[in-house]
Amino acid sequence: MDELQKMILDYVRREYLEEEDDREIGLDTPLITGGIVDSFSMVSLKRFLERKCEIQIPDAQATPAAFDSVRSIAGLVERIRGPVAV
Amino acid sequence: MSDGTAGSLAVRVEPWTAAAAELGLEPEGRVNIGWHASDRHVALGRGAHKALLWEDFQGRERSYDFAALARLSSTFAAYFSGLGLGAGDRVCLFLDRVPELYFGFLGVLKLGAIVQPLFSAFGEDSLHTRLEDAGTAAVVTQRKHLAKVRALRDRLPRLRHVVVIDAGGLALRAGELALDLERLAPVEDFPVAATGAETPSVLHYTSGTTGQPKGVQHVHGSLPGQYLTAKVALDLRPDDVYWCNADPGWVTGTSYGIIGPWANGVTQVVLDSGFSAERWYRFLEKHRVTVWYSAPTAIRLLMREGAELARQFDLGALRHLASVGEPLNPEAVVWSRETFGRPFHDTYWQTETGCIVITNRPGLPIKAGSMGQPFPGITATVVDPHGFEPVDRPGRIGLIALRPDWPARMRGYWGRQEAFDARFRNGWYLTGDRASIDADGYFWFVGRDDDVINTGGHLVGPFEIESALLEHPAVAESAAVAKPDPMMMEVVKAFVVLKPGFSPSADLELEVMNLLRKRLSPLAMPQEIEFTPSLPKTRSGKIVRRVLRAQEWDEPLGDVSTLMDE
Repeated sequence: MDELQKMILDYVRREYLEEEDDREIGLDTPLITGGIVDSFSMVSLKRFLERKCEIQIPDAQATPAAFDSVRSIAGLVERIRGPVAV
Repeated sequence: MSDGTAGSLAVRVEPWTAAAAELGLEPEGRVNIGWHASDRHVALGRGAHKALLWEDFQGRERSYDFAALARLSSTFAAYFSGLGLGAGDRVCLFLDRVPELYFGFLGVLKLGAIVQPLFSAFGEDSLHTRLEDAGTAAVVTQRKHLAKVRALRDRLPRLRHVVVIDAGGLALRAGELALDLERLAPVEDFPVAATGAETPSVLHYTSGTTGQPKGVQHVHGSLPGQYLTAKVALDLRPDDVYWCNADPGWVTGTSYGIIGPWANGVTQVVLDSGFSAERWYRFLEKHRVTVWYSAPTAIRLLMREGAELARQFDLGALRHLASVGEPLNPEAVVWSRETFGRPFHDTYWQTETGCIVITNRPGLPIKAGSMGQPFPGITATVVDPHGFEPVDRPGRIGLIALRPDWPARMRGYWGRQEAFDARFRNGWYLTGDRASIDADGYFWFVGRDDDVINTGGHLVGPFEIESALLEHPAVAESAAVAKPDPMMMEVVKAFVVLKPGFSPSADLELEVMNLLRKRLSPLAMPQEIEFTPSLPKTRSGKIVRRVLRAQEWDEPLGDVSTLMDE
């Protein structure tokens, strides 16, 4: 797991899971289809990524499919900004 | 006969009486939604017909016939009874779309108690508001939502039981109970409560412009309304496989995700999963869904993925498509014709109406973008907003108004008689929506008549958002308004005035967004926050949201003479 993936994973765990929610979230855990992040909450996740990674994610690319796992989110960020250190 | 009301049908029929007869109901007799949706089909010899096919996001399936639905809902009813719950108690179902939600819903109704379904994504504040207002006696939930309930427990003295359906291994606290349905002794013949047409049944909460959300009180006698509209407007037939996208935390998910279809003895499929176009198409194909009740936001999300994706699946079983929640844009009707070979039919109704009241019903030519015509048995019109008289010519915009004489209409706002009475003028129920009627009797939606925000088909009240915003230490005052959005129709935008010592920043914006998402719900989270030095106010100091809204919609500001000077 690289730094970017770890940062996203930590954020998702911290912000989107309740205290008693003991589901394990990994790189490929379905976030949208799994009901952890919904289409409304994607906006705050997108805002977090844009701020932290200093990028602009075009709305057309912020699709439920692109946000459905930590791995796919990290891939989207990498494609937009290029593979630089966090 | 014609009643001479603009927009109503020329011939007035009394379909509800016929529907009641089809359901075997007798005037002034007993009616229980829980029994009619399950045991009645067993009594009619259809106990082996599939009632529910449930699938989760990992593809795990569970299937239940009507005999199982009757038994499991009775088992729930007996369990609740054993907890000392009974007639009139409010029992909240704070659950994802798991099978227990459906059994619990019918079980509470069989018991004669009032079922209060709440959207499981609600945060602590939203949950507390609704449980406190209803004086809820029991909450049924899952371990992943338990923390939110626990956080409120001390502030809810009337909450006697918290029932956890998947507690296995979890250390429970006082007043918390583990319910493992598979380990409970099955109950075949629970003595169903002798409920009548006016016995309270379902309590749904909905938002208004002012104050906290209100509990909309429905009754068991709503059944002919949901039964007939599901049969006619959704064109449900006994051998259909039907999919309603709505969560039972909202009225569509109960009137047309439980009551209407099961009163018709139809097989329902439920997908407990978030949105994925591919996943949805695969689900439609796999289960050979014939009737699909969806929402414009979902349809627009599917449109964004392209028709090519849809064509990769065999969706040939689809026979009828319908939509609800917000006006269906004409492009979506055209797209669905091209993609699925049939159009989505827009349906219009509200939490308060309990059932579809204006619709593009099968057989009626669709005018793309129109809401359709009043459902037979509904007298609908558009009234002027001052005298509350029906408009005198086609095309004139006014308030959609309904004669309050159909069975599924609300019977009150929980504990708020004054708010309920305010919805009626001149013998009409005022929906709060604006529309016009054309020369052919079709209704055309214009917008809300208040500050309520319709986001993705869900109504969000600005007061609840503004109250939560004030919980943030940096926020001095705020206003929440609707902002146009190509997918959700409207999204929440918040204007925030910061306290001295705080400065606007991206970090602060994200912090405030996440606060509202967690305390209220993802729906209520502002998709944009604008930090501003001041808000428009009247000279008496009241914040004027309409000015901010007009700015967002690029509309005229209207009369600003009463506003306070900057």
